[in-house]
This record gives sequence, structure tokens and C-alpha cells, in this order.
Amino acid sequence: MKLLVGLKQVPARDSLLRLDASGRWIDESDLTFEINEPDAYALEAGLQLKEKHGGELVVLTVGPARATQSIREALAKGADRAIHVEEENPGRYDTLGIAHLMAEAIESEKPDLILTGLQSDDLGNGQTGVVLAEMLGLPHETIIMQVEKLDGSIRVKRELEDGWFQHIEMPLPALVTIQSGISKLRYATLMGIKKAKSKEIRRLAAAELGAAPARSVEISRLYPPQKTKQTEMLEGSPREAAAKLVERLKFGARVL
Amino acid sequence: MSILAILEQREGGWNRMSFETLAAAQQIGRELGQSVSAAVAGASAKALAEEAAGYKLENVYAVEHALLAKYTPDAYTAALEQLIRLLKPDLVLFPHTYRVRDFAPKLSARFGRCLVSDAIGHKVEDGHAVMVRQLFQGKLNTDVRFLLEAPNFASIQAGAYRADTLEAGAAEVETFAPELDAGMIRTRPDEPFRESQQAVDLSAASIIVSVGRGIKEKDNIPIVQKLAQALGGELAASRPICDNGWLPMERQVGSSGQTVAPKLYVAVGISGAIQHLVGMKGSKTIVAINKDADAPIFEVADYGIVGDLFEVVPALVEEVRKARA
Repeated sequence: MKLLVGLKQVPARDSLLRLDASGRWIDESDLTFEINEPDAYALEAGLQLKEKHGGELVVLTVGPARATQSIREALAKGADRAIHVEEENPGRYDTLGIAHLMAEAIESEKPDLILTGLQSDDLGNGQTGVVLAEMLGLPHETIIMQVEKLDGSIRVKRELEDGWFQHIEMPLPALVTIQSGISKLRYATLMGIKKAKSKEIRRLAAAELGAAPARSVEISRLYPPQKTKQTEMLEGSPREAAAKLVERLKFGARVL
Repeated sequence: MSILAILEQREGGWNRMSFETLAAAQQIGRELGQSVSAAVAGASAKALAEEAAGYKLENVYAVEHALLAKYTPDAYTAALEQLIRLLKPDLVLFPHTYRVRDFAPKLSARFGRCLVSDAIGHKVEDGHAVMVRQLFQGKLNTDVRFLLEAPNFASIQAGAYRADTLEAGAAEVETFAPELDAGMIRTRPDEPFRESQQAVDLSAASIIVSVGRGIKEKDNIPIVQKLAQALGGELAASRPICDNGWLPMERQVGSSGQTVAPKLYVAVGISGAIQHLVGMKGSKTIVAINKDADAPIFEVADYGIVGDLFEVVPALVEEVRKARA
């Protein structure tokens, strides 16, 4: 089974975010980056399928040079090779543009199954996988918890709202977007890290991948959310803060 | 100039978020001076369309075809694409449901457009709608501008608009029969199912203490459980805790778990990702305890304590016991 996993590198979850001078993006200078968490689960799902059914797993990323670190991590965990579409400023593309770059970059790959995370922790559009499937003419399913390989098709378990699920069968080739937290993520072994150094990373320049579709949306401004609720912050030592809270719950909110 | 709201039904029943989207459409329509229509798709959608026609709308379209009985992204995309090509709306709005997340990006891509997903509001700038959405899991907001001509597409977050602001009226109901054939549907869905009978009905609890990633490991859960006991409330959790198996799924609050609105909701070590917030922001009094002062959970909290939960929670247990003694 030939598998392809789309990975995005995003600022680490606990990052303290500051706006940059343009006011349209964050200042990335002091940040650390990591593999987008849902994508890490997509990689894990792909690695498990490869272990079970054999074949090859290729990772694909669109991003600046720093994303190499995340690619190496994926290779160390067991991916066979990587394709890196280098673009120092991915923000100049919208989802259609990014999906276009991905589609062009894997044109000759013809994977049986493409896996991506269901959304990114930074932009959170939750669309790249679905749009990529549309561009490649593939069937897709989103928010997938399990993938079971059948003969020429897969059976997936999709999460619905309010604790409901659904099984769906679909032909290969196909694309699925994977839900976060569906399994335990593996760590790279020392041997894996060593092997990763000799694995192939094919680098492509975004500019060489043909004209992207016209940009349809853009971020015009970025700003901290305005509070809709008056929040009383309770200061002091843990004991003092706890005492203040209990007093307010008892006499203010009257819930004690 | 018009706005089209795509409503959602399953087995003849509404997804309630449809009405919030309808409210968003009416509000944007009023501000831009545009007419608003709605559509609902299914094997038979006439009865629901007639119900929706009780609101102030131009038309309500019942998009009907036997192949729309079970949701599939291929059939829904094809049917709505045909409707949109016919009606040529300026703006198409959807409720940001799991189903919409599945087909709306594909539908928008057919028109060379990106869906502006999970919008929490809008602004009007130079006579055009600008959508507001959240980035970095709620830490920052952004204004998103549409750059191309009609049609444009956006989905609306649960709770962002209020269904009780809907204006009543009398709309014309029209049936639209899309051209679909079974060969275009590539996926075969089974019937939806639930994994377990939900033994814990969190929606009935008047006090809920909820725990998130900040608890670090399973062995620490009793620290928060003690607080739930002291307050006489139920213990609940955010998604990662249930994914890890530290608490059963039936105690999960959020879009994939239960929606609750107790008198008191205490969020311990929960950053407040939107998927969690939509499940609890209707609570009467919300307390947040978190080490990160910028955590989005403080946006919805009445009372906040920035600090180490491993120090704050035991102190709180002691104070609650004193107050109750």
C-alpha cells in the first residue's frame, strides 16, 4: 500500500504569541515549531497501516526551510522519504493555493491513500485535505478515527456529533482526514533518528509548481479577542485566591 | 444581491445550528440590503422547508432527490453546486457542523473559492461582509476578507448568532430537483451508531468540575475529583483526557461529547479550545483555573485564577469544605 501523509509545521501549542509589525501575522522570531498535532496522528495512522500491510510511506509538507526539522522527525518515526515544497511565506497562499502546491508536488506519486490531520492548530481552516481530494478527483472522508484496509477499498470509522459514529466504505485511491487523539503517538527511536539522516527529502520550489488559483480570501487584520464577559481575576497566593473564590461563589453567584 | 443559508437536517429533524445560521443570514442581509433565501436538502425536504418558510425570507428551496437520503459528500456537493449555479447568490452561509466540514470546502473549491470556516461574527466594511474567525485555537481573532466576486462561502460557529433574533415572515417554498445519479457517489455509508449507552447525564448536573490537559497524568485525576466531591458536583473532562482513557468518553464535554449548562462549571487545566467552549459556555457561572493567563477559557469565565492547579485545587477543596461545614 502506498501511503502519503500531509504534514504542517506550526508554532508549539504553549507558544506566547505576539503580532508582527504588519498586524496581519504573528512574530515568528522567538517561537519553537512542531508537527501540527492532528497531522502527527495522521502520520501515526499511516505508519500503523504500513506496518500491517507493507508498502511505502511518503510525507509531504509545504513550508519554509525550518519545516525540515519536522520532516526529519517524521522520517525518524518511520516514514520512508519526503517531499518538501519550499515556500518561505506560505501565508501568501490561501487553502486553494496550498492544496494546488500539494497536488502538483505529488502528481507522479499516485498514492493509494492520502492522510492529513483534520485541521491545523494555527489557521484551523480544516479544509486542506478536502480541497486536495477535490483537486485530485479523489473521494474523501473527514474526522476519521480508524482505517481498515479491504480489497481495493477501505472501511473507515467517522466521528459525528454528540457521541455518534458511522462506518463508511470507500474505494482506493482516496483521502482521509484524521481526528486527533485516536491512538498513542510513537516516539522516534535512536535507530530511527540515525536512519532518517540518509532518507531522501525531495525539495521543490513553490514558484516552480505552476500558477496557483487566484487567491479568494485573505487575513486583513489579526488581534487579541475582545472579551464578551467581565472576568474577575482572583489574585494572591493559592490559598488567598481559593478563599476569594469560595466567598464569591457563596455570596455572589450563590451556588454554594 | 442575495444571501443563501444552507440548513441541515437528518432524518427529518433539524440540526438546531441551522437557525443560528439563518439568523446570521438575516442580520447580514439587513446590514447589506440583500435578500435572504434558505435551502434544505434531503430525500424529502418539503415539510422542513415549509417550516423554515415561517421566517422572513425570500424563498426556501427544498432540494429533493432519493440519493440525498443518506448524507454523502459527493451527492450533497453535486446537488448544492447545481442550486448555487442556478441562484447565483453572493454569499452562501452554512452552520459549521461536522457534515458541513466534510462537504463545504469541496463545494467552495468547485467555484474556485475558499470556505471561511467557523466564523464567530461579521463586520461590514465598504458595503461588503468581512468574516471574523479565530486563529491559534482561540488565542487570536482575525478579519477575513473575500477577494473575488460572488459566490463566496462561510460557515458559522455554534452559538455565534442567536436563533431567538430570527424575524418571522412568510416565504415562498420551491422544490429544486438536482440531477444526480448513483454512479457519482463513491462512498458507502452505514447507519450511524453510538458506542455506549450514556450512563452519566451531565446535562442534568447543577455543578460540574471539568479537567483538561493541565492535569498531566492519570494518577493526578483524584486531585480534581476531590473538588467535584467537595462541591457535590459531577466530574467531567475535555477531549484529550477521554482520548487518553483517563476518564470514560461519557464524561466528555464539548462538540464531540455532551453539551452542558450547569449553575456552576469549574474548568481546571482546560485551555478552552473552541470544541470545548461550545459545550459549556452556556453555564451560569464559569470558573477557570489555568497556569496560562492567555488561555481562551478566561474569555468565557466569570472568575479566573491564574496559577498552578496542583496548588490551587487542594486549597480550594479545603476552603469549600470550610464553607460547607
